[in-house]
Amino acid sequence: METPVIEFENVTFSYDGLPVLRDVSLMVEDRDFLAVVGPNAGGKTTILKLMLGLLKPRSGTVRVLGNSPESARKHIGYMPQYTSLDMMFPVNVLDVVLMGRLGENKLGFFRKRDRDIARDSLQMVEMSGFDDRPFSDLSGGQRQRVLIARALASNPEILLLDEPTSNIDVAVETGLFEILHELNQSKTIVLVTHDLGFVSSFVKHVACVNRRVIVHPTSEITGELINDIYGTDVHMVRHDHSVHGKGPCV
Amino acid sequence: MIIRFMERAPVSEFFIDLQQHTFLQYALLTGFLASIACGVIGSYVVTRRITYIAGGIAHSVLAGLGAARYCQVVFHWGWFHPLYGAVMAALVSALIIGLVSIYAREREDTVIGAVWAIGMAIGILFIYKTPGYNENLMSYLFGNILMVSADDLWLIAGLDSLIIVIGVLFYNQLLAVCFDEEFARLRGIRVEFYYLLLLCLTALTVVLLVSVVGIVLVIALMTLPVAVAGVFAKRLWQMMVFSAVFTVMFTTAGLAFSYGPDIPAGATTIVIAGMAYLLTFIVHRIITKSRS
Repeated sequence: METPVIEFENVTFSYDGLPVLRDVSLMVEDRDFLAVVGPNAGGKTTILKLMLGLLKPRSGTVRVLGNSPESARKHIGYMPQYTSLDMMFPVNVLDVVLMGRLGENKLGFFRKRDRDIARDSLQMVEMSGFDDRPFSDLSGGQRQRVLIARALASNPEILLLDEPTSNIDVAVETGLFEILHELNQSKTIVLVTHDLGFVSSFVKHVACVNRRVIVHPTSEITGELINDIYGTDVHMVRHDHSVHGKGPCV
Repeated sequence: MIIRFMERAPVSEFFIDLQQHTFLQYALLTGFLASIACGVIGSYVVTRRITYIAGGIAHSVLAGLGAARYCQVVFHWGWFHPLYGAVMAALVSALIIGLVSIYAREREDTVIGAVWAIGMAIGILFIYKTPGYNENLMSYLFGNILMVSADDLWLIAGLDSLIIVIGVLFYNQLLAVCFDEEFARLRGIRVEFYYLLLLCLTALTVVLLVSVVGIVLVIALMTLPVAVAGVFAKRLWQMMVFSAVFTVMFTTAGLAFSYGPDIPAGATTIVIAGMAYLLTFIVHRIITKSRS
């Protein structure tokens, strides 16, 4: 069997004594598309930060590409929530995307090649021609795509996205998932989303997080009613087991 | 008010005397040099939101100024120029605040407040115990740009070039650390190193500005020109260039307007900067309102 791209083995994590994740084991395989869902404060972002090595498990091991998360970082493209950034900051779109090229050159100067790659990344997320636009002038959906382009600029094997669908409308979200589906042909994608019950049909697996984690294949259900309400293709995840702790997460 | 000043002592008096008096030329050059560093580092400080740290470092500088002056007078260490003491105190404060906020997980604002006040207290004790007149205290607190000597100017020029070279050389890394520290860390940038570097550059800039406007007024000169520049700048380097130009204008205007009526140059500079900020803010508000 191939080495999994991301592997959690009996991972437990707590913040100041409060348990956040308990005994989590999960495996993400090459070119998987995993959506991490669950209630607020259920530990979703903690899972992403453990994958990035920004947090250390209290017990258990996290491996990325068979190594420690820190040493695998250069193969990971990360998109944070844009709401965590200062919107008054004087930067344009190309400045932001070029940050994804940091660490590629010894002294930190950008060459023409870096700018070309940054522009290619913008093209991948359909944001060509926005190079000189101030980041603060963009809409929420455009900012998300610029931050995905920044994550892509280092040509990563894995894409980790924190709430890429927050603060954008359903039409924009559909477009975003089409882009992600295209990227999924060559990259493993893990995204965190607050949308509890509904995830795009492009997602292959769903991890439900509420202290514990249960992974499901995205199973089709007859959701004509849901389709009518949302006006887009949605899938529902049904839990057959109840989740330890505060009841089912969906 | 301003018109009456101008009648009694026209600004032209400043420009006439500027050709004769070297102390005025030194003062003008000091303002010019300090302004460039101030534009570059002030932009980082404002966008990274660490003006309160800059304020803490500025006030703690009094300890260095006081201690160096004390050593000069009491031990006859002529070489121990107060500016050296200021550089040392500023760097020590920057490192204490930086290391505590990175490693100790202490409440950062408590540490800044402590460094701020303890630095001033040490300075006041040294000044109190220094024999002779203590006319220095006022010039430390509120600046005395007209007292800058040729030796001071060399030191200021050296510090200035050091700050600008480092600030520009590491532009991409510092920009990334200021904009999104977490992402910079993931890209392999040594975030802690660059944060400490930024605090040290801030400390050196503070020392330059203390010579221009004094300890108490440093924060204003670090933030107001950047705030005005922020209205026009689309990118960080533009903010640096614009705010450096504005700072040169404010310090020069402060010197020119204060010279005739013999009022403090530092305070005049800050009032001019404050008025410029207020005016920009109001005009910008009106323009954006009328557009929408």
